[in-house]
Amino acid sequence: MSSDHGKTLSTAEHGDEPAFPLPAHRHRLTDTSPRAARRAERQVAGMFVLSALLIVAFIAAYVAIPTSTFVNLGVIGIVQLSNLILGATFGLSILLIGIGAIQWAKKLMSDEEVTDERHPLGSPQEDRDEALAAFQMGVTESGFVERKIVRRTLIGALALFPVPLIVLLKDMGPLPGDSLRNTIWRKGSRIVIDVTGQPVKPQDMGVGTLISASPEDLNTIQEEQGNQNERAKASIILVRMAPDEIRSQQSPKGATWDYQGILAFSKICTHVGCPIALYQKATHHLLCPCHQSTFDLADSGNVVFGPANRRMPQLPITVDSEGYLVAQGDFQEPVGPSFWERG
Amino acid sequence: MSITVKAAGAGVTYVDQRAPISSLLKANLRKIFPDHWSFMLGEIALYSFLILLLTGVYLTIWFKPSMTDVIYNGSFAPLDGIPMSEAYASALNISFDVRGGLLIRQIHHWAALFFMAAMMVHMFRIFFTGAFRKPRELNWVIGGSMILIGILEGFAGYSLPDDLLSGVGVRIVAGIVEGIPVIGTYLMFFIFGGQFPGSDFIPRLYTFHVLLVPGILLAMIGIHLVLVFYHKHTQYPGAGRTNTNVVGFPLFPVYTAKAGGFFFVVFGVTTLIAAFVTINPIWAYGPYVPDQVTAGSQPDWYIGFLDGALRAFPNWESVIWGHTISWNVFLPSAVMPGLLVTVLIIYPFIEAWVTGDKREHHLLDRPRNAPTRTAIGVMAISFYGVLVINGANDIIAQAFNVSFNQLTWFTRIGVFVIPPLMFIATRRFCLGLQRRDRDLLLHGRESGQILRLPHGEFIEIHTPISDEQKAVILSKIDVPVMALPVATDANGVATPKLRAKRRRARWSRAYFGDNVARPTAQELEEAAHHAHEAHAHEVHAHGAGELADAGKDH
Ligand code: HEM
Ligand code: FES
Repeated sequence: MSSDHGKTLSTAEHGDEPAFPLPAHRHRLTDTSPRAARRAERQVAGMFVLSALLIVAFIAAYVAIPTSTFVNLGVIGIVQLSNLILGATFGLSILLIGIGAIQWAKKLMSDEEVTDERHPLGSPQEDRDEALAAFQMGVTESGFVERKIVRRTLIGALALFPVPLIVLLKDMGPLPGDSLRNTIWRKGSRIVIDVTGQPVKPQDMGVGTLISASPEDLNTIQEEQGNQNERAKASIILVRMAPDEIRSQQSPKGATWDYQGILAFSKICTHVGCPIALYQKATHHLLCPCHQSTFDLADSGNVVFGPANRRMPQLPITVDSEGYLVAQGDFQEPVGPSFWERG
Repeated sequence: MSITVKAAGAGVTYVDQRAPISSLLKANLRKIFPDHWSFMLGEIALYSFLILLLTGVYLTIWFKPSMTDVIYNGSFAPLDGIPMSEAYASALNISFDVRGGLLIRQIHHWAALFFMAAMMVHMFRIFFTGAFRKPRELNWVIGGSMILIGILEGFAGYSLPDDLLSGVGVRIVAGIVEGIPVIGTYLMFFIFGGQFPGSDFIPRLYTFHVLLVPGILLAMIGIHLVLVFYHKHTQYPGAGRTNTNVVGFPLFPVYTAKAGGFFFVVFGVTTLIAAFVTINPIWAYGPYVPDQVTAGSQPDWYIGFLDGALRAFPNWESVIWGHTISWNVFLPSAVMPGLLVTVLIIYPFIEAWVTGDKREHHLLDRPRNAPTRTAIGVMAISFYGVLVINGANDIIAQAFNVSFNQLTWFTRIGVFVIPPLMFIATRRFCLGLQRRDRDLLLHGRESGQILRLPHGEFIEIHTPISDEQKAVILSKIDVPVMALPVATDANGVATPKLRAKRRRARWSRAYFGDNVARPTAQELEEAAHHAHEAHAHEVHAHGAGELADAGKDH
């Protein structure tokens, strides 16, 4: 051991020599009484036997109990019977092996504490010197230092080696383009009720009602594309208020975006994108269940509380020749969470 | 020689001639491991990980990581005929049509929760006892990184079944990624293979969850354990224990039986809990549809602090030169956790710089003996705690009938005020304990008995403390406070790097300035002498029968 190592471990002002010796070992009952030892032995063996029996019970339960039965365990709730019995038998069986082994260690194996010395970590100085010398020799033999051209070109080549690996990631996805700015709402798109797919007439909606809705052609498009991308952007809610309750709207001067007090807003929270549907009739507040951003639908969908910064985009609506609610066009601003290019 | 030993010997010989394991066994079979309940926390994390590997492999047998639409017609009647992704349908299939499948899912999920919890509490133990000091800094770095990776892995697993609850979680993450300045939308489109939700995410997440991350974790855990073995475990101070020895039980058989047995205990308890308490009943949430949401949705607990931060952050957003920066999303969900983890990971190096300490430490600190560190730890935990609580603000608002507004302001203020208060209180408390320790050493324990001396003075009898207790208290290391450097030395030469040295001296004072010094050898001796005298009085007084009870006399 080199002297400088000895130091790193032992320059502590104290604590190298124990100030007090290890307390004398106290014998357990199982050390002194053969009868107690035999009892402990029987206990441990008993646990192992029980563990094995529970495996048999597990197999019986596996064969006998269907997965469709549920039982009510009161406070714990409703659980699947098969899950309960399989888990209880298997779990207890495993647990008994564990407790048995620990009991064996505690009661029957030696419990006399043993002291070992620590040795300084790290290699001795000679080894470090030799390692350095060996490395030096390798460097010299390779000519890594003298042959500058080889070294530099190698570093250059290695630096470029990961480039293809990164380039290959390019096709992980298309570029965003303007896809975050558009939805499938078009001039004249019929508004249909989400669950039933029924188009809506103004007279279907009493004051104070809220409907989750989507464009009529959503399902066809979803089927064509094989994903739910358009649904994730185009979902809206329809609310009806008494026209005098509406304090402001997002429509520019001269335009009417509501239809006789029926307003359409994006359903996608402008914070980080949860769909929203908790509506308080009395206050016209819309509450996001994710982080509690609250929007006032009677006041242009503005934020009244919470971490969202932007109002809920309003969809301009009207009725078509058959009297069904339709969109006047797409949203005038991107729906959903903010993003760098949004502006 | 018993048959067992003979058979083992033959086996070892066979292997040894092909791979020399005898030397390895010789060196390690009787390696000593110290024993303490808090050393089991890391074991729980390790065993939970093994349980995750085992049950995870079973889940892969039936799980189908696909977002293709299918119509469900399995045996869970309420969802019969409903369109859903193949991933969700297969998770339902595991739950209702594979016997014991639900049990595997439940064990997997519970083990994930225990894995994260055990890692975190294990980290607290390491922090408060100073076990991260030299030579164990690397293991601290690995451990801290594993907590971060564990959070990602847990989130990935939780999202795989593609139920309504986890889908909303994925939607939130997509929104967070989208909000990252400059690269956000590109990153999101690359991750999702286009717009949210697309049809690539679940299959990609699957490889991430079952191959990439478990592989990384396995490698890290391997290094972590090899280092523990190589460093030899730290130990708590006590009689017979020093910085240069290790007192405990040999690896074989005692530690093998205890640690091996403990694996079965962890596995058994996890399985029993999985049997009785249903977790993540995905069938109750329904399939993910991007325009639906469940109210009161909660992420797994280890995500809670992020959710809490996201909920409490003020709604700041700016538009600069036509570009939107969502501070309200980016700061709480990316910058805050990034900073938290960075500070956590580099803490050992910060402390080593302040102490200027280059020694190896194998004897654990008592938290009170490192008051500033302990206070920093409690401060960090309380910061984290406030955010976790805010992550459940909807539940709390309902349970205690307070408004979101009140709760949010409580968090916004609390997150800055509570941690410093906790810091101050903890530090004081530790210093108080140090003073008490010093008194115990010098004057012994108050016996509660008052003694009247012959000349009328009252004294309380102090009984000396046990050697074991003395050994524990005397383990305290007095770190000297660095002196403030002078600008120029006696010869008028300017001190090099003066500002850096000054800064370090100030940190050193802040860390250690208030520490209560360990009694010197001389003080201890005097105290022993004193105690001896008092004892003589006591004997004398007993004779005079003037012993009175403290309670009555005060
Ligand atoms: C640290 C490691 C791991 C953590 C924290 C973790 C966590 C999770 C969680 C929370 C779930 C959701 C379970 C649920 O349905 O309620 C899950 C699902 C899943 N995990 Fe893991 N896991 C880990 C490792 C693994 C490994 C190593 C594999 C496979 C080799 C795996 C395979 C799966 C599969 C296939 C699922 C989806 C099946 C289902 O949820 O029904 N996991 N994981
Ligand atoms: S997603 Fe609506 S408040 Fe966060």
